[in-house]
Amino acid sequence: MSIRRRRGARIRPYTFTGGRTRSRHPLMVQTLVSTADTNAAVPENLLPESRNIFELCREARSVAEIAAELKIPMGVTQVLLSDLADQGLVYIHPTITGHSPSENQVLERALRGLERLFQ
Amino acid sequence: MDSNVSSSNPGPAPLVSTKIVIAGGFGAGKTTLVGSVSEIPPVTTEAVMTEASREHDDTSATPDKVTTTVAMDFGRLTLEQELVMYMFGTPGQARFWFMWDDIVRGAVGAVIVVDSRRLADCFDAIDYFEKNQTIPYIVALNRFDGELGYTVEEIREALEIAPDIPIVDFDARDRRSSGQVLRRLLEYTLSRPKTPQLV
Repeated sequence: MSIRRRRGARIRPYTFTGGRTRSRHPLMVQTLVSTADTNAAVPENLLPESRNIFELCREARSVAEIAAELKIPMGVTQVLLSDLADQGLVYIHPTITGHSPSENQVLERALRGLERLFQ
Repeated sequence: MDSNVSSSNPGPAPLVSTKIVIAGGFGAGKTTLVGSVSEIPPVTTEAVMTEASREHDDTSATPDKVTTTVAMDFGRLTLEQELVMYMFGTPGQARFWFMWDDIVRGAVGAVIVVDSRRLADCFDAIDYFEKNQTIPYIVALNRFDGELGYTVEEIREALEIAPDIPIVDFDARDRRSSGQVLRRLLEYTLSRPKTPQLV
């Protein structure tokens, strides 16, 4: 019984995304997303999953946190977020990867933050 | 690095996030480390194998494989009001390599947690980061019961770790000790010459 139910639940995710499996925006698991306008009402035309994401992002959340909280697979979450970003509904915050010398300043701030926390 | 909101719109507060990866063998202490330092209870999420870049139906070649989800842990640290760092634990088993790329991509560095009683368990992780070459990593020896059993140099030799890669020992259960490991990683990342690349 339970096995059958799990199977059924497992197959569908990409039907939400129209079969697309890639997002057009650079959304990594740690990328933070927040609603572009924190007071905006949820647009009527959104699918339930996207509405939930929109509500959650009133406070900035990472892609991984959104996927975990809403129990949506990571890849699906990325595609849905990408769509919301295309519509100007969510803002994708920048990510520091440490591969460019220009990011050193932020990395140094991160290190100082760690030093404060773990003296 | 990217934005899709015009600057005239006050919009949400500016935020920046970054990520480090906690790798190592199964049971070496990755989840413990994340739990010790994270400001939120570590989140264990099922990363589903319908992962974006995969061709559909990889399982057709291995019909006996029924597991389609991999547990992935992560934690969070707010380092400044607008600067958040995530720590992602990698799945311990080597057969989930394909998951690693997604977790590791864009990381500022990695900690390979080693249980000195089971050195061989971390070989896969070390191989991965040696081949990857773009993500700086350090090795952290988890001394569970206060005893390491080997010197750091003996372990360096046993694991064939290059002399310039830091090896530290720590206690994953201890918040401060685990935090020191993260500090050491960022110091090491900052000390390395940067190679610009696309992520």
